[in-house]
Amino acid sequence: MDALMLDGNAVAGLLQEVFGAEMTTAIGTCAACGSSAAVGAVHVFRAAGVVLRCPYCGSVLSKIVERQTQTCVDLRGLRALDRT
Amino acid sequence: MEGAALLGRLTWQLADVIEIVPETAHVKTLALDVPDWAGHRTGQHVDVRLTAEDGYQVERSYSIASAPSGSRVDLTVERLDDGEVSPYLTDELHSGDQLELRGPVGGYFVWEPSLKGPVLLVGGGSGVVPLMAMIRERAAAGSDVDMRLLLSSRSWEEIIYRDELERLSGDGLRVVHTLTRSRPDGWTGFARRVDAEMLAEVGPAVEDRPHVYVCGPTPFVEAVANALVGLGHQPHEIKTERFGPTGG
Repeated sequence: MDALMLDGNAVAGLLQEVFGAEMTTAIGTCAACGSSAAVGAVHVFRAAGVVLRCPYCGSVLSKIVERQTQTCVDLRGLRALDRT
Repeated sequence: MEGAALLGRLTWQLADVIEIVPETAHVKTLALDVPDWAGHRTGQHVDVRLTAEDGYQVERSYSIASAPSGSRVDLTVERLDDGEVSPYLTDELHSGDQLELRGPVGGYFVWEPSLKGPVLLVGGGSGVVPLMAMIRERAAAGSDVDMRLLLSSRSWEEIIYRDELERLSGDGLRVVHTLTRSRPDGWTGFARRVDAEMLAEVGPAVEDRPHVYVCGPTPFVEAVANALVGLGHQPHEIKTERFGPTGG
């Protein structure tokens, strides 16, 4: 466990900017282990960008990097992202 | 879905600082008036943005402390000595100033009276802030839902909202404190970190399927969530919110 770790709630505003909708209640499925979790519950690490990790296996679900007017979003670690 | 996407668009807006209220030695509440506020649900956040003269910007997410009430939004902020934002908010900001924010954001760590109960709230230090919004909403709605707050603080003096919590107690709201570092003379309450035994004693029965909300520093949340699962609570009924040293 890492004391610097946050969770998806902390980046709700950023995710809403990226997706144009509230995303913390969306369900993400990890491409590595197949577990599902609400985005609000996934583990979040902040550095030069934001890294979302699976709370079950720790694999990277998504990376989001903002630079000037551009936002780069990598979703390779997500098998699915479902909004109800 | 286009309509929903448009509704979801966030815009930065200026809030007026009405009042700054000291809560403890390191914690203050900023009472804000946000002219175009669309309302919020308890547990939601706002993003606050500060801009330096040279254009450098920094953003932080803060939980809303107040129940929904018109254009009024209260944020309770703990001063972190090495923080980039919280020292400004707690030391430099005064009533009459303006503050840039956007929100409300989030929807996962949210409670509303229609969810019924029972409800178990577990807070560590300033992790009580979004839980307080839920307690205030319960009171404002005249709800009699069985709600229990287990709040871990370092000392009696560092309990945030202590007097208001005492005032609101009763009528189905139970508030239990544990003090982890120092206790006043004659203290007979809990005097250790939150553990499974304490959660079992304070919380509603597992069979009653309580909605559980845990908020605090990351190690606190991890320990409490693991203990709750160990007691048999359903993982999907345990909503967690972590904040870390980068929260400042």
